[in-house]
Amino acid sequence: MSTTTYLNFEEPLEELANQIAELEAAKDDSPEGHEQLRQKKRELVDKTKEIYSNLSEWETVEVARHQQRPQSADYLNLVFDEFVELHGDRKFGDDRALRTGFAKLDSQKIMFIGHFKGRDLKERSEAYFGCAHPEGYRKAIEKMEMAAKYNIPVVAFIDTPGAYPGLGAEERGQAMAIADSMFVMSRLKTPVISVVIGEGGSGGALGIGLGDRVAMLQHSYYSVISPEGCAGILWKSHIHKEKAAKALKFTSKYLPKFGVVDDVIEEPLGGAHRDRHQMAARLKMYLMKTIKELQAKDIDTLVEERYQKFRKMGVYLEEAVAAEAAE
Amino acid sequence: MSSLSQESSSTPETNVKRAKRGVPEGLWQRCPGCQAVIFRKQAEELLGVCPECGYHWYISAKQRIEQVLDEGTFEEWDAEIMPTDPLEFKDKKPYAERLKAEQKRTGLNDAALTGTGMIRARRVVICVTDSAFIMGSMGSVVGERLTRAIERATKQNLALIVISGSGGGARMHEGILSLMQMAKVTAALAKYDEAGGLFISVLTNPTMGGVAASFASLGDLIFAEPQALIGFAGPRTIKATIGIELPEGFQTSEFLLEHGFVDRIVSRDKLKSEIARSIDYCGK
Ligand SMILES: [Zn+2]
Repeated sequence: MSTTTYLNFEEPLEELANQIAELEAAKDDSPEGHEQLRQKKRELVDKTKEIYSNLSEWETVEVARHQQRPQSADYLNLVFDEFVELHGDRKFGDDRALRTGFAKLDSQKIMFIGHFKGRDLKERSEAYFGCAHPEGYRKAIEKMEMAAKYNIPVVAFIDTPGAYPGLGAEERGQAMAIADSMFVMSRLKTPVISVVIGEGGSGGALGIGLGDRVAMLQHSYYSVISPEGCAGILWKSHIHKEKAAKALKFTSKYLPKFGVVDDVIEEPLGGAHRDRHQMAARLKMYLMKTIKELQAKDIDTLVEERYQKFRKMGVYLEEAVAAEAAE
Repeated sequence: MSSLSQESSSTPETNVKRAKRGVPEGLWQRCPGCQAVIFRKQAEELLGVCPECGYHWYISAKQRIEQVLDEGTFEEWDAEIMPTDPLEFKDKKPYAERLKAEQKRTGLNDAALTGTGMIRARRVVICVTDSAFIMGSMGSVVGERLTRAIERATKQNLALIVISGSGGGARMHEGILSLMQMAKVTAALAKYDEAGGLFISVLTNPTMGGVAASFASLGDLIFAEPQALIGFAGPRTIKATIGIELPEGFQTSEFLLEHGFVDRIVSRDKLKSEIARSIDYCGK
């Protein structure tokens, strides 16, 4: 905990942690000293619980973007036993924001597709901060089709602010690359699991999001537009991002109710970044269990169920109006 | 690239704004392409194309259907599907109120008209989005109408024509549900494709964001009206990200043709015959 970077709303946690550190440094061996330390530690747990069970939508975004939050690269080490990266879209290049390759979950072979964000500035600029170019989606298509050919389940980790908005991306057909990836994914003849592990930013996220199961980590978010972008358009200024975040209802509290997310994977107390091993263990369990479930289905049934799952999404009025008209 | 397209594309976002207002009711109209003052009657006779510079003005979804289908053959589907406010979304104005205001202003109940009709005696399924209704953005109603239309086209083995105009992409007022319409419509198109359907996608000014990144880009054939703004990210977003001026003609139909993403640029007066000819070539 001592190396944790605290977010603004975590000030009380930082204070308690500091107090605990001081008590520990004082090495008071008296029963009162022990009791005081125990109590402070209990207070810290309680306070963390309190804060994290009432995160606002914007605070959730801050946790999802936390610089210490585990990323695809971390989970490849902690969840999977091996990662054999497969590069390139065979058309233009090798996107570094979206990486693909064989991986093993114990003995289960899978095709991994995931956004990479990077940690230090060098890594982050190489990965365009997790914003993929068209060649990322085209690479995903190549590898997904290959996986289907050999009956390998696909696991897609979503963690992107959005697809990259730039000259090259537009010149090379960003819109079409995302559309094509969804198109292929929707009919893919192998089990597909998509998990939002941090940021689920718009079309750039959905481009690898057409899973038989769509899951999200508890403190991640999945949205049609970034809160800053939405605030800029509807409130005419980015400073209203908190209002926009609230209005967009994009957290794990809402998305299962909208029928968009099947499963929410609970995070360790205080967020995935406070205990990445525990987070990885839960994620691994979820993936193993879900792959088994999906593999038990006949492939045509699986693809048709995937179609029906997305077919149902959307909220509109129909019968009510029709009934009114009939009166 | 002609000087005309350069002129219109140098300020693409202004065009979007102007086009949204459409042809005003006055006798005269200033062309957003060349700034010439045009007699409105004359422009209407030319299907909303400027006689001076060929700029394609905004026209409504209803006008598009009239221009493309044989007279009196359009049969609208699913008009009873109405938008609602699943997020109870409120920015400066509640979404529910915005919907009512847009319905009153445009005479549409949402941003897409779908149905069936004839093109030079060939039966087709047709979907048109209207860029005047909340920027032509796709929410649950647009997604559901399109999906039902695609499913019927699949069942009845009919050619599918989708004419897109959307500056808004996915409609943020319906949050994640709007984003998921991209997946829903795309999945329906993939099934239609598997069944051997012919999908002709027509891109008009503007076709952006989640509409461009789903059905609009998935045509077996992709036509674009001249000088339309087409792309994923808006020019302003790109400019803000990369911090440099965008090259002239960036994200226009002509730019897309040059980069290999559009089959043909088709002016409005040729659209109907071009669609009919393509249907014949594909034997649909
Ligand atoms: Zn003109």
